Amino acid sequence: MTTTTDTNNVADAHEEHGHDDHHHHAPAGLTRWLFTTNHKDIGTLYLWFAFIMFLVGGAMAMVIRAELFQPGLQIVEPHFFNQMTTVHGLIMVFGAVMPAFTGLANWLVPMMIGAPDMALPRMNNWSFWILPFAFLILLASLFMEGGGPAFGWTFYAPLSTTYSGDSTALFVFSVHIMGISSIMGAINVIVTIFNMRAPGMTYMKMPLFVWTWLITAFLLIAVMPVLAAAVTMVLTDKFFGTDFFNAAGGGDPVLFQHIFWFFGHPEVYIMILPAFGIISQIVPTFSRKKLFGYASMVYATASIALLSFIVWAHHMFTTGMPVAYEMFFMFATMLISVPTGVKVFNWVATMWRGSLSFEIPMMFAIAFIVLFTIGGLSGLMLAIVPVDFQYHDTYFVVAHFHYVLVTGAVFSIMAAVYYWLPKWTGKMFDITLAKWHFWCSLVSVNLLFFPMHFVGLAGMPRRIPDYALQFADFNKWISVGGFAFGLSQLIFLALLIKACRHQGEPVSSQVWDGAEGLEWEIPSPAPYHTFETPPVVK
Amino acid sequence: MLNDETNKTTEQVEQSSQPAYVQQDHSKTVNKILLLVGGMFCFAFALVPLYDVFCAVTGINGKTNTEAAVYEAVDVDETRTITVDFIARTNSGMPWEFTAQTKKVDVHPGKMTEVAFYVRNPTGRDIIAQAVPSVTPGTASLYLNKTECFCFQHQPLKAGEEAIMPMVFYIDPQLPENITFFTLQYTLYDITESAQEDAVEVVMN
Repeated sequence: MTTTTDTNNVADAHEEHGHDDHHHHAPAGLTRWLFTTNHKDIGTLYLWFAFIMFLVGGAMAMVIRAELFQPGLQIVEPHFFNQMTTVHGLIMVFGAVMPAFTGLANWLVPMMIGAPDMALPRMNNWSFWILPFAFLILLASLFMEGGGPAFGWTFYAPLSTTYSGDSTALFVFSVHIMGISSIMGAINVIVTIFNMRAPGMTYMKMPLFVWTWLITAFLLIAVMPVLAAAVTMVLTDKFFGTDFFNAAGGGDPVLFQHIFWFFGHPEVYIMILPAFGIISQIVPTFSRKKLFGYASMVYATASIALLSFIVWAHHMFTTGMPVAYEMFFMFATMLISVPTGVKVFNWVATMWRGSLSFEIPMMFAIAFIVLFTIGGLSGLMLAIVPVDFQYHDTYFVVAHFHYVLVTGAVFSIMAAVYYWLPKWTGKMFDITLAKWHFWCSLVSVNLLFFPMHFVGLAGMPRRIPDYALQFADFNKWISVGGFAFGLSQLIFLALLIKACRHQGEPVSSQVWDGAEGLEWEIPSPAPYHTFETPPVVK
Repeated sequence: MLNDETNKTTEQVEQSSQPAYVQQDHSKTVNKILLLVGGMFCFAFALVPLYDVFCAVTGINGKTNTEAAVYEAVDVDETRTITVDFIARTNSGMPWEFTAQTKKVDVHPGKMTEVAFYVRNPTGRDIIAQAVPSVTPGTASLYLNKTECFCFQHQPLKAGEEAIMPMVFYIDPQLPENITFFTLQYTLYDITESAQEDAVEVVMN
């Protein structure tokens, strides 16, 4: 005990000088946000950053859909179109979805496990504040001579090594910074969960959002370094004469695809596992029942994570693999639908005979379950080798991954924001606006992505600024859906601005009738510092 | 009620940055994770040689040997006939004319066969080329033995020059039964720049 007090005193002596911010709870002004080490502040920063990036990436999607509104080239040059598809993908993956989940983890993980903050608060500050610079570099390259990256977010060699512009170096550095940020965020989550759980908070008592994030953090640790290595190889191939992917020098461009997808497939689970966690928090609350099959949810999440390392080559069926390998990757991929099915059935079983009520977070959660399952089913279709030869690089693929990423990951993030926003601000958000946001988004997102299945099956290739005349009608509708979905997000923006101005009815600490967990036991709004003394975990 | 409690504890916090029960050293956990990060970064680079070894063993990327094979007296299997297609193409930006003089040949496994490729440099500058072979299906590459091939060396051609490039090969009779024909494709790459750099380096040293 004495030793603990001693270290406390030593820590105090250190803190005395540099850390005056501990003396007043919410320092004001820009420096509050610049120097903050508070997990709630950093969570807020991440979430706003992600939302701004969502709007920026969305604006690029609007350019793409405007160009594709009619067949023929009318609005942008093909080279600029390619930059839009590339940067749209990069921004949505690394700038919107991933930081949004990290923001939610920052806000919620400490509150859910009864910890006072993240384990490494200063590193937490760094991991956020390097992100804006990464995207500043990436976006700035669009305005430079020769334009930004135009080789697709997958930056396949030799597109990125032989046929790319000089801005490739900027692309590589920005991806490095994004990777470092993600790795630091993941380290923080793991250390917090390992070392800072309140007494009595055993692993199998942790809320599922914490569990899914723990597993996601391990995926990040495992594959972000592989991405860093891949972009480094592209950099040296392009600028320093190495031949990792250059066939003339003894390299192999197919090797790039192996390395990239060894990162890329776990990456797609990085973007969906926290979503599973969010849905597993929301569905029990509004069903007023315990989550059905808690342990199986944990094991299913872990299985999905492990399987994600042995399915990467299903992105490469058309590169000319021997049949035996294609069979292996096909069946391994199909195997993932088992744990994923466990999850979907558990959510449905949780709702079964529950006292359901349909508040906004629950509406998004149910939309997630239905629409994500559609995305999962088209994924299963793509896993089948012989038909993948038909679907490969068509709009069917675009439809598939937008169903899992937009109506999956993005809808889960919106569900999470609506679910925890009253806890963060202490006020109920504008429910009328939220309903408008939900219904406009739901209708427009399906108008946007569902017909993509049809044009894809009919053979419309992705990433091309023009298309054959027979696809004109569907594309017109898709573009209308796209513009409507984009505009719907402005409703969300208005709602969030109102919420941040603390307008609305005050809420109780539990907020939602039926919500359970440590974060619902602290007052609303959540105080700047929580759980300095550990809570009692039953 | 709960609110009061939290207020009290925030006052305590003004003295100590973190409460006693979390005052522990995280460096052990962090170091382990950093080791994993470093390990995965190295693993990605290790994939490069591992991939080459894996391909050499399984033949999945259809690459043939980069060195000449020695013809070992093997029994010619007269009962089987394998059709070999030859495709010659140039990489984009490579201005040479490049054609296979023999488009297709039927051979018995074990029998030496010679084919020829024609190249011409129609430009006004000297160019050094490298031919990169690729076999489809890839597994057949394990049984294709080339005793002589232009792909083993760089191919320099002066402006306007033309040449006939020979390739001598035999198929290992162990070739799996299910393979009755395969395609051998050569792609010519313009490597003038890097080849000259190498030459300069050799002279400098």
